[in-house]
Parts: sequence; C-alpha cells; structure tokens
Amino acid sequence: MTNEQKEVESLMENEDRQMSADEEQLLNELGVFGEARRRFLGQVSAAGLSVLAMQMLAELNALAAVGEMENAVPVQIENAVKVAFKVNGAEKSLRVDSRMTLLDALRERMQLTGSKKGCDHGQCGACTVIVDGRRVLSCLTLAATCEGKSVMTIEGLAKGDALHPVQAAFVKHDGFQCGYCTPGQICSAVALMTEAKNGEASYVTADVRQQPRTLQLSDEEIRERMSGNICRCGAYPNIVAAIREVHTGKESAQTWQFADENDPAIFENSDKEDARDETV
Amino acid sequence: MRPFKYSRANDAANAVRTISANANAKFLAGGTNLIDLMKEDVERPNELVDITRLNFTPIKTIANGANKGGVSIGALAKNTDTANQPLIRQNYPLLTQAILAGASGQIRNMATNGGNLLQRTRCSYFYDTAMPCNKREPGSGCGALEGINRMHAIFGYSEQCVAVHPSDMCIALVALDATVKVQGADGKERSILFADFHRLPGNTPDKDTNLQHGELITAIELPKNNFADKSYYLKVRDRASYAFALVSVAAALEMNGGNIGQARIALGGVAHKPWRATEAEKFLVGKAATEANFKSAADAEMRNAKPLEHNKFKVELGRRAIVRALQMAMNGGAV
Repeated sequence: MTNEQKEVESLMENEDRQMSADEEQLLNELGVFGEARRRFLGQVSAAGLSVLAMQMLAELNALAAVGEMENAVPVQIENAVKVAFKVNGAEKSLRVDSRMTLLDALRERMQLTGSKKGCDHGQCGACTVIVDGRRVLSCLTLAATCEGKSVMTIEGLAKGDALHPVQAAFVKHDGFQCGYCTPGQICSAVALMTEAKNGEASYVTADVRQQPRTLQLSDEEIRERMSGNICRCGAYPNIVAAIREVHTGKESAQTWQFADENDPAIFENSDKEDARDETV
Repeated sequence: MRPFKYSRANDAANAVRTISANANAKFLAGGTNLIDLMKEDVERPNELVDITRLNFTPIKTIANGANKGGVSIGALAKNTDTANQPLIRQNYPLLTQAILAGASGQIRNMATNGGNLLQRTRCSYFYDTAMPCNKREPGSGCGALEGINRMHAIFGYSEQCVAVHPSDMCIALVALDATVKVQGADGKERSILFADFHRLPGNTPDKDTNLQHGELITAIELPKNNFADKSYYLKVRDRASYAFALVSVAAALEMNGGNIGQARIALGGVAHKPWRATEAEKFLVGKAATEANFKSAADAEMRNAKPLEHNKFKVELGRRAIVRALQMAMNGGAV
C-alpha cells in the first residue's frame, strides 16, 4: 500500500473526525451520504475536498439560477415592451427594455449562449441568427421588433444528437480554430444554401439578368456570400470546403484525424527525423 | 444606449404625426445603421416608431404619370428582395449589382430601401464622440480636414465637412434618374428628384438630405430606360468584399447607331452625396465607345477633383475606375 492509499484509507475510516463542519455541511447539501460519501471521500484528498465541493455547489447553484432567469425580472427595465416570438420552435414571451437587442435577449434571458457577441456593431457576423428563414444580425435587431417572428439559432439546428449537415461538415473539414465565430458562420451558411436554391444573385454573379431557378455556387461565390462572417483564426479555406461539400453534395476526403498509438505517421516521422534534418 | 420609447406603427399617417410632434423621435426600419449609431451614442433619439409593418413593400411597374412604364420600389422592401426582384434584375441590373455590392447578406436581409437612402457617413470622426465633428456636433470642427482623410471626399466638400456618402444603392439610383416619394405631416405626398435628395455639406453638414423632420419615404421610382444591356457597377475597396467603397462607379450606356446616345455615370466614395459625373456624361454623348473616349470622359470629370492630404490616389483611381466601368458596361460585365 502506498502512503497515499494509506492516507485515503484513514480518511475513510475517520470520515467524521477528518471533516470540518463546513465540509460536512457542503456534503450534506450536495446530498452525498453513507457509502456514496465514503466513495467520494476516497477519491479526493482531505485538502481538495472543500475546494471540489465548493465548486460543485457553485455549479449546482448556477444551474438552478439559469432555470429561473427567463421569468426573473431584471433589476430595472425602462420603456418596457412585451414581445412574443418563437425561438427554435418554442413560443417565448418576454418583457424587455426597449433597448435590448435580440442577441442579448437570447443570451441573457433565454440562456441561448450559442449566438456570440463579437463586435456588437454589425461588423463581424458572430451573432448571425435566422429570422423567418433569413439570416440577420441579432446584435442590430431590437428584441422589441421581433413580435410574431420565428428565430432559429445554432442551438436549434441539430435534431437531437444528429448534427445539421452544415454542422457535421464544419467538424469534418475543421472549419474553425477557436470556435467563437462558428455559430454565426454555420447559421449564415445554412441560410446561404436556401438563397442559392432560390437563385438569388451576388455581387460576383456574372450576369444578374439571367435568372436561373437554382444556383450552383463556385468557391468565389461562397466566399463573397460568406463575407459578412469574419474568422480571425483564418479558417476560411476549411469553411469554404465545408460549405462546398454540403452545397454540392459531393463528398471530399477529410484531411485530418486524431492521432493514436497505431498512427503510422507518428513513427514514420520519428524515423525520418534525421533524414529531414540533413535535407534542411 | 440611451432610453427611448418604442412603438409599432400600423398606420403611416399616425407614424408621421408621432415623429413630427417630437423633434427627437425617429422612424425605425431595418435599424442596421441607426441601432449601431445609438450604441455609439452618436444618434440619441428618445422615441422610435417601428414602421416595418407598414405596407410600403411592393415593387411594381408604374401604370401612370411621369414615370409610366418604369418601376416603383417600396421604401420598406428589403435590399435583398429588391436586388432579386425579377423586374429589377431584368430591367435595372445596375441597381441589383449596386445593392449586392454593399454590406453583407445578413445586413441586406435587414436593411430597407428607404433606410439605405438615409444611411449616415462612416467617417471615423463622425463615429468617435471624443473627436470634433460638425455633422454630429455642429460648431465643434472637422477632425478629418486636418486628420486622416484617406477615405474622404475629393469633390464638393467644405471646410466644415469632408465626409463621403456611404451607400452603393444610391449611386445606381442617381445614375438611373430616380425620384423619391415622401409623405409629410400634412398628409400630402411630394416627389424629390434623387439628385436633389442628398446635400453637399456647405455650412450645415449635420443635414444629410433635404427631407423635413417627420417626412416618411414611401417609394423610389425609376423611369423606364434602355440601359439594361449596357450597364455595370464597379466597386473598388480595401478588401475583396464587405467594405465601403474607396471609389465606385455606376455606368450605363445607350447606343444610337455606332455611337453613344445616352450616358449615365455616377461616383461613390468621392463626395458628401452620390456624385453624378455630368462632365463625363456630356463628353461621351455622340462619341464612339472607344477606350480613348472613355479616358477623355474620365479626365473631363476628374480634372475638377480637389483631393485632401491622404486621398490623392482617389483621383487616378477614379479615372481608371470610370474607364473600366464603361468598358465592362459595353461588354456586358466582362473586362
């Protein structure tokens, strides 16, 4: 038995004596009793217990608060406007300050934090959501103006565990790095597919007088149509690849994979290291 | 953002009355520019009347009057819907291209035509409340005149203001001889020629347009024309897309035999209002559509330019852009 294991054993045997009153109260509040409490204690050192318990309690409290926020009345609302609209298919009814943007209503009142506040001035596209089938900027949309509308956010795209094809393609083609712009990129791309199906023109469309019922977009067209979504990590080539695949329906090979112990590339590289040094 | 009263209008006359009664009230349509400026504390209305539910959205052929056979474009139609309306794409492709050259897909889905006309300048001194700006704060001075004025005007500016008008759509509209229909507080409608709608800054740069407070834009009318075969909107900017113009050119030609019968040329990014290049137009009428004539026409216009310290490049850029836009208009969009 290692010293560490011995310490745990003694902790389990002397559970009540080892814990402070605060720690005991925390475990009581967390509902950890009897055998469960012993197993729990067996997994943490005495010093770590209070830290871990505090953290768990804080998380529970935070989650409990999140559930209540939608109905909570903010401290101060000026020029209150009652507004009812659908979000991802669910009816929502809110009393908002006339100044509140749709983005803030989604994030702060409905806990839909997928839509991101990037610039908050309509320059970056991170807040893009789909309203009545059209992509728009939620940071420049007042919540009060959304009466009777239907809002789709990134949270509403997947069907259960099945990702929307554009979401799956972004994963497959590594269409992001930090991920902050991604919800906006994906909402924008989803709406773009509809715009192409409807034959809508762009600035790079060669002849806008030709009005085909539906469009096959070139990479140039995809780039132009996605220009309202900025990606500071510069994942643009992969974003275009993801959109191209969904738009054309032509699958292209995934160019990355997680490495594992069987990955021959790891061993090939280490074998070749000396040779590579020589060529440099 | 400062607090403001919000209401939704169901009736145009009521909306006009509400705004007319309050000097600090504004109409709210797409909000893409107004909400941004309110966040920046540049616009400070204490009341907004949401007019997006008013029925000024149809785009239709004009049956009677001076513009018979032309098209009436609802002020509250979205930019996207206007650009893609079959009638507009077929008969006014210059307008479609100009609208699609501006902003992004998301913003064009929100922005209305009336709102596009009322966009305010993107001069960074106008946006920065720590800087002087006669447009934002009359009498405070112009930060751009002696500041960084690379993006600013080369035509028609004053000591008070060197800002430029930001819209692409408006450059096509002034080239296409548009008329703006407005409804006033007295319930009467009036028409404003597009060329007279926006103003040069003079001593009152705080006034962008000749619209009276409370007047509501209801429609934009375009006369019938024969430019659809030979027109092009060229936009030159710092990025490939989603940026305001350094210089843009709306060019439209109608041939008469082997020569140019009518020419329409307007420039964006060069003045406080959409700049109709009348000198270039005058030169081209009756001439052959050759590169040499296009160059002479561009010279005729650009020789009157008075660049500021940082935007001398706009004179040569404008000259070349005019030539290129005319060539592309002649070649159906190809160089």
